[in-house]
This record gives sequence, structure tokens and C-alpha cells, in this order.
Amino acid sequence: MSNPQGFDPKAYWSATLKLLVITLIIWFLVSFGAGILFRDALDGIHLGGYPLGFWFAQQGSIFVFVGLIFWYAKRMDKIDREHDVHED
Amino acid sequence: MELKTLTFIVVGLSFALYIGIAIWARAGTTKEFYVAGGNVHPIINGMATGADWMSAASFISMAGLIAFLGYGGSVYLMGWTGGYVLLAVLLAPYLRKFGKFTVPQFIGDRYYSQTARIVAVICLIFISFTYVAGQMRGVGIVFSRFLEVDITTGLIIGMGLVFFYAVLGGMKGITYTQVAQYIVLIFAYTIPAVFISLQIAGNPLPQLGLGGHTGDMYFLDKLNQTVTDLGFAAYTSGNKSMIDVFCITLALMAGTAGLPHVIVRFFTVPTVHDARLSAGWALVFIAILYTTAPAVGAMARYNLHATVNTAVATGGDVFAPESSIQGETRPEWMKRWEKTGLIKWEDKNGDGRIQYYNEKSKDPAFLAKVEAAGWKGNELGSDKKGKFDGTVDRDIMVLANPEIAGLPNWVIALIAAGGIAAALSTAAGLLLVISSSISHDLLKSVFAKGISEKGELMAGRIAAAVAVCVAGYLGYNPPGFVAQVVAFAFGLACASLFPTIVMGIFSKTMNRGGAIAGMLTGLIFTMTYIVYFKRDVLLGMDKVPDSQWLFGISPEGIGVIGMILNFVMAYIVMKMTPACPEHIQHLVEGIRYPRGARAAQAQH
Repeated sequence: MSNPQGFDPKAYWSATLKLLVITLIIWFLVSFGAGILFRDALDGIHLGGYPLGFWFAQQGSIFVFVGLIFWYAKRMDKIDREHDVHED
Repeated sequence: MELKTLTFIVVGLSFALYIGIAIWARAGTTKEFYVAGGNVHPIINGMATGADWMSAASFISMAGLIAFLGYGGSVYLMGWTGGYVLLAVLLAPYLRKFGKFTVPQFIGDRYYSQTARIVAVICLIFISFTYVAGQMRGVGIVFSRFLEVDITTGLIIGMGLVFFYAVLGGMKGITYTQVAQYIVLIFAYTIPAVFISLQIAGNPLPQLGLGGHTGDMYFLDKLNQTVTDLGFAAYTSGNKSMIDVFCITLALMAGTAGLPHVIVRFFTVPTVHDARLSAGWALVFIAILYTTAPAVGAMARYNLHATVNTAVATGGDVFAPESSIQGETRPEWMKRWEKTGLIKWEDKNGDGRIQYYNEKSKDPAFLAKVEAAGWKGNELGSDKKGKFDGTVDRDIMVLANPEIAGLPNWVIALIAAGGIAAALSTAAGLLLVISSSISHDLLKSVFAKGISEKGELMAGRIAAAVAVCVAGYLGYNPPGFVAQVVAFAFGLACASLFPTIVMGIFSKTMNRGGAIAGMLTGLIFTMTYIVYFKRDVLLGMDKVPDSQWLFGISPEGIGVIGMILNFVMAYIVMKMTPACPEHIQHLVEGIRYPRGARAAQAQH
């Protein structure tokens, strides 16, 4: 497998890893953070009838996950195009 | 129309649909058989992944678990959805670029080792059969409850159907039947939920209804008050330790991302870009059910209490004698479900009324009120081998939910079709990864390298047929522990396959020795721990007390420690064994960028 012309694998991979780390930090904060570790503190705040920590644990984190994957896919497409390794 | 006739019609129509699709989408090549031709649109693939993923357990049992665990049920909600984020960023696009048919094939090629491939096949077969046995049991149970045939007959009908579209259509047939099954199951799940949310909170969206008002207070506050009045733990606080909630959630996430039948679905889309999007779509379709489930669970719990104790709804004194309903006038649905043993009433204090409360409560003030009211123990539970068991079976919360809420018969018939669709779609997906791994990874790659494409396709079909029979047998005669050790499937996927694949993509230097040592360490540690703490159900020995758990982590969450051990052991052994060869490092480089994904697959 030969690299596409003028392709800098190191730069591409570091851009990819940076996005990956940001994505996983958000993933961790909404689920393990808001839903588990800081739940007690967040439960003092109410969102309608939901204690906030409980809401994150049962619904909020799932909504964020969905948005997060599409956001990640879009940002990855951009990185692919910038490094000219996108699919034809 | 009578419920039974209506159920036959609805279930019959859904079967006719699946069979029609199976004939239309039959596979002619190994590529169609293994990866549906590699040309499935990401939205279609997302829908099929959703059906593949949402098993009988998701459909039937999850809301019930949440209903009784309250906040503790969040581990399933976050765990079984968060895994898709890991899939999208860590696995799916790279495995798609790699462009092969099976998970063991990736592990075998990346670690240039037949041993690694065979270890991966063993993990895969173990994980998949543990899982499939539960699905087939689910098929049998749903059939016997709703169609009133015995479990064996139900199983044979289910096996026949799965046989038809898995053996004939392979991945292609399965993909399109799963799309149909997704539609059936999601309607079956959401329609009753909408009705119930309207009844309780006046909001048609269950996701909002759960946070809405009932009467003059928030529903969740009302539910907390109801369950604490009756001596249970508050609904929104739950009863698991933080470290355990943390570990179970992480084990379920990494386990989800490491499940072979989920990963393989991302081999079926045309490009790397589509693989990323498809993970998003899969989660959209899954989230429709998973964000409805908390409302279903909470409202079912409330309805059950409100049915048995009339003071719950009116806000009166739950201890007043006339608040508990009379056994004689208990609702029809209760009598109907008593036949299945899922619910049972035993009049302990002989007053002819049903008292349902937490008899294990340790709150002295509550116990004093119980004493004063003359209650002599919880009277609502289920039937375990003819003996009264003081816990209501969890499965009833979804299956009987529409009846408890007094919904029309066609909604109840729909639930039957949905439950069967959920079980069949997952069973079919699992059977396919088992058969492709046998025909492709064992036969074609190890034992009969010269096999022709036609021969391989035939071998795949025979392997699928045999797997259906084994699954049917496991469903008919399940090893007693099936339900208790779902932890096995997730824990093992989390501790063995997931870290090995991730290292294969993100480390260029991880070598054969490290991968094999890591996989075996994760597998053996996790398995030993689960067997040790579940030896009462697995081996019939005395139970080891939960107080001996390592760091307070339950067997459900121990896969996380197995995963860490896998990483550590892999690193140590890598340092001590010959380095990863140059051409493999190039291979790893190659899977990191998307261009050429179509070509990579065309090389077969």
C-alpha cells in the first residue's frame, strides 16, 4: 500500500488523534462525569422534573453521544480533505 | 377481535414479510454472504445494526431492570449506547479500511499469527453462543406466552425462520430482514410508551413525559415518594456503589464495541466515511428505544404500585386497610399472567387483600407502621418452581405493561411481534458471525486453504445451519445460568477482543507475542473472576459473599480490570519478544487513512 502523493502521515495522524482525544473527553464528561462522578452535586439542579445528574445518566448522555458521533464524522471528513486522503 | 386471533394475525404478517425479504435478498457470492456485498447505505446499515444490537434482553428485560433499579439501571442505558462512540472513533473506520470479512481475520493478519487468529475465534464463538442461547430462549418464551404454544414448538418455528434467512441470504438477507424487524420492534416499543406517557403525564413524548407533571407534582418526585412510602430505595438515587456503577458502565461500553456481531456490521458499508456515519445512525435508531426505556420503566413501576395500592394515586394513607386491593377483585391481567409464573399473590396475613412493599427495609419508622397495619410480609411476587418468591419478575414490566395500563388489544399483539423481532434479528446476526468465522477463519485460512469460493459459500451455509441447531438446543435446554451471565459476553469482549483490536490500530509496534499474551490474560482473568463469584449459579456451589469483590467491583464490571491487565501484559511481553515486522507496520499505516477503502475490499 503506497501513500497518496504529498501525503504527510504524521500530520494527518496527529490531527486525527487530537480530534479523537477531544471526542473521548466529551464522551467521558457527559457519562462518567455528569452521570456518575458528579451526579450528587448535579442532582441539586433541576431540569423540569429531572434531577440533572439523573437526567444525564438516563437520557442526556445518550443524546450527546448521538450528536458527538455526527460531529466527529464531519470533523474527520474535513481532516481527510485537508490532507487529501478522502475517498473519491 | 379476540386477543389471541389478533396476535396470530400480527405475528403471522410480520413473518410473511421477513420470508419475502429473505427470498428477495439471497446471497450468491461469499462477499454477499459475509458482508452483504459491502454496499449497504449507512442509514440502512444503521437500522440493521440497531435491530442486530437490540436483543430480546433490550426489548423485554431492560425497562424492567430500570424499573426496579431506578438510577442503578443507568449502567445499561449509558453502557449500551456509549459503546457506539468508541466504535465510531476507535474501531469502525479503521476496520472498514482494512476491508476484510471477520474480526479474527483482522487479528490474525495484523498480528501475523494463526495462533492469534484461533484465540480470537475461540473468544468469538464463546461470546456469541452465550448470547445466542438467551435469544433463542427469549423466542421460545415470547411464543409460548402470546401464542399459547409450548416452548419447544415456539422454538422450532423461530429456528425455522432464522434458518431460512440466515442460511439462504447470509449477511445480505439478514441486513434487509433486520431493517424490517427494526421497524416492527420500534413501533411495538414506542406505541405503548406514548399511550402510557399520555395517561400519566399528559405528554405524548415519553422522553419528556418522564420529567413532566402528574397532578400537581413532578412525576419523578411522585414516584420517589411512592416507593419510599412503601419502604423501597428512592427511585432517582439507586443502590449500587459508585465504583461499581463506573466499572459496569465502562465494561458494557467497551464490551459493546468489542462484540463481533456489532463490529462486523461496519464491514458492510462502501467507504470509511460511511462507516463513521453508520455508527451515528445506528445510535440514532438505538437511542429511540433507549431514551424511551427509562420512561417505560418508571411509569410501569408507578402503575404497578398504583394498581395494587389505591392510595398511591390519590395520595391517601398507603397503610389504611382499604388502600390495598382485594385479592378477589384483582385485575384480569394479573390472573392471566399468573399462569406464566411471572406474578403471584400469596395472602400472608389472611386479610384477603394484597400488600406489596419492601419487607427487607431496615428503616425502623417504616417497620413500625408495617407492624401497626398488621402486614405480615410482602404478598406480591413471582412463582419460582411452585414457591412464592417475593420479587415481581422484571420481564412482566414490558410484556404486561400495556395490559396494566389498560391499552387496546392491538397494542398488546404488537408487543408480541416486537419481542419476537428483537430476538430473531439478534439471533440471526450472531449465527452469521459464528458461521463466517468457522468457514472463513478456520476452514479457508487454516484447514482447507485451497477451497473454492463456491465450496466456501457452501461451508458457510452448512456452518450456519449447524449453528442454528446448536442455538435451538441451547434455547430448548439452556444451561441454567444464561440470564445471569450476560456479564460473560460483555466482560470477555471487553477484556479480550476490544483491547487487542484497539492496540492493533493505534500501536504500530504491538507484536504477535504481546497480543496473544494480552488476549489470554484478559480472557482467563475475567472468566475466572466471573466463575468464582457466580459459582452458585454456574456450578451449584456455595455462594462467595459479595464483600470479597476485588475493589468492590461486581462480576458484571470486572471486564474493566481484565482490559487493563490485557494492556499491561501486552506491553510487557512486547518488550521481551521480537519486534513487529516492517511490512505489518506499513499495513497499520495503511489502515489509518481512508483513501482506497473500496480497492482494499476488491482484492479478495
